[in-house]
Amino acid sequence: MNLFSDWTWFHRLGSPRWFYQNSGRWLPWLSVVTLVVLATGLVWGLAFAPADAKQGNSFRIIYIHVPASFLALAGYYIMAIAGAVGLIWKMKLSYMVMKSAAPIGAVLTFIALFTGAVWGKPTWGTYWVWDARITSMLILLFLYAGVMALQYAYHSVDAASKAGAILALVGTVNIPIIYKSVDWWYTLHQPATIKLTSAPSMHPDMFQPLLVMIAGFYLFYALVLILQTRNEILRRERNTSWVRELAAAKMTTNTIANEAKSE
Amino acid sequence: MARQMDSGFLAWLRRDLLLAWRRRGEVASPVLFFIMVSTLIPLGLTPESTRLAEVAAGMVWVMALLATLLSVDGLFASDYQDGSLEQMLITPQLLPLPVLGKITAHWLTTGLPLTLVSPLLGLMLSLPAAGFIPLLWSLALGTACLSLIGAVGAALTVSLRKGGLLLTLLVMPLYMPVIIFGSASVSYAIDGINWLPPLAVLGALCAAAVALCPLAVAGALRATASN
Amino acid sequence: MSLSSSSLLSIENLAFERDDSRLFDGINLTVNGGDILQIEGANGSGKTTLLRLLTGALQPSAGRINYQGQPISENRYDYLADMLYIGHQPAVKLNLTAEENLRWMVASAAKSNRVAVADALAEVGLAGYSDIPCYTLSAGQHRRVALARLLISEARLWYLDEPFTAIDKQGVSLLQSCLQHHVAQGGLVVLSTHQDLALNNVRKYNLLSRAEYLV
Repeated sequence: MNLFSDWTWFHRLGSPRWFYQNSGRWLPWLSVVTLVVLATGLVWGLAFAPADAKQGNSFRIIYIHVPASFLALAGYYIMAIAGAVGLIWKMKLSYMVMKSAAPIGAVLTFIALFTGAVWGKPTWGTYWVWDARITSMLILLFLYAGVMALQYAYHSVDAASKAGAILALVGTVNIPIIYKSVDWWYTLHQPATIKLTSAPSMHPDMFQPLLVMIAGFYLFYALVLILQTRNEILRRERNTSWVRELAAAKMTTNTIANEAKSE
Repeated sequence: MARQMDSGFLAWLRRDLLLAWRRRGEVASPVLFFIMVSTLIPLGLTPESTRLAEVAAGMVWVMALLATLLSVDGLFASDYQDGSLEQMLITPQLLPLPVLGKITAHWLTTGLPLTLVSPLLGLMLSLPAAGFIPLLWSLALGTACLSLIGAVGAALTVSLRKGGLLLTLLVMPLYMPVIIFGSASVSYAIDGINWLPPLAVLGALCAAAVALCPLAVAGALRATASN
Repeated sequence: MSLSSSSLLSIENLAFERDDSRLFDGINLTVNGGDILQIEGANGSGKTTLLRLLTGALQPSAGRINYQGQPISENRYDYLADMLYIGHQPAVKLNLTAEENLRWMVASAAKSNRVAVADALAEVGLAGYSDIPCYTLSAGQHRRVALARLLISEARLWYLDEPFTAIDKQGVSLLQSCLQHHVAQGGLVVLSTHQDLALNNVRKYNLLSRAEYLV
């Protein structure tokens, strides 16, 4: 229990106030870099990459679809790791990161499913097929929904955080099992000829913008996660003196600005 | 040490079995649910036995899953209300052991009866003869998994007033592998393929659940019930 | 045993916060065998929380609880085996009879004498009820079933949360004599109640004022 009592530096790292103030300093830089990388990837992928021989231009949706799917899954692990850190070291900031990560991951999962359906219509002639990867994505969406619903069900923030973290960890153990079993289930019911699980090799001209987009999505994810966490920090720490001072300072600058405007 | 462990597991197992015996009517309802919903299938789908046979295995499995889900909600609820859960949290025994005792009692009073009546449903839904033995085995192992995983959801929602629906939401995605391998072993047998491999996977899932779920339940109970 | 020289139970600088609001902090208490400590305080001052911290069901946000000079987290098994806690809810199962309830409670506790169940029930005035399921009994009788645990228990540390709720005058005097007997044998009682006890050597501790005084 007292094993980590000497790790004061670690706890300082986990102080919401410290995080809020420092992340505020990095935020403008991160935003600019994210914007540049995403814009580069999008313009490159949508305008300059060659059209697919069979699918024409509709394939370009992968520049959204694939990075979103990547981050949807990675996001679950980021959420679960944050929850585990919270449980082990009783770090409040970590719980806030976990709570913030859940809706972001859920939205990315939804984007992956939605873009998949949009792409599916011209390609397969239908919006929905029970393909292994689509089914797994849908289950992932349910898992996110469970963590979010559990967070909102508790009045007590402490109980919500711990319960959410435990559920996220249980989900983490289950995700590989779910993915493998859905994969297996799909091969059981589908003849191998229209198997879509193995990605066809891509031309480098198509592949490079995809890599840029994946990097861009990672940056974007980090940016949104930090913003969400900052909101969560303000909400939970609203009664502390440093947040009050922050709010008071903001208020005065706003009134000064308004007065200057009215003059 | 072994004696101490026994006392935690067996005491709670015996108590929950006795309680179930006293509430026989209530305990029977998942089984009745299982049978009644299965009679809806021919009404909603078709009375034609060839078409029923195609979906029988999957349907029996889905019904068993829903019946377990209905009953697992009450696993810790009454203990939470009357203070027994609080007493469980402060027993000197390692908490996962009493928890495992309770889950075992739950399986013996829901999963096992469901398994035992499943051949009847197989008959009603014209399940091909080859599917009966795998159905029994897969349900016996599978419902144990369902009880174990469901207990995690029950523990996470025990202190919430309207936890029942939320529990369903939390647990359903975790049930997917169980239903995939459970119904697959039955359909393998019907198609004349060796049905032991999917059953073995189910057994592996069950073993992993026995090892991990009581730990997760204990953690969840400590985190939520004590607040 | 050399440890017996140190106090049976000591609380050092105990603090508890829930959802970032502090319920109490800096609680220091020492309780020895033979002591009855009565926790006082207005509703919501944290009496139940303090008792539940003592049982180990809740984790303090700071400070520690020592049993025989050692933190309870380090000898959890011995501590819990030597402890009996009766909370707000009496943990009585309505579908079981009084005797079954008591038997089960005894079985789940480590240190208890298993033969005395029927005697204990008789003593709390539930002699004729051994075959009747508890849902036919009143709330006060449910508390009596829980209190019968005290007669059987061999635990030295008793933590009782509002033990006098819902029991009649005769039950109150029975419980008081039971507490007296326990401390006379070197046991320790920490309880929360608004009632003044007709017992000797009761120490009171007020959670709000932090005042500790002898009655």
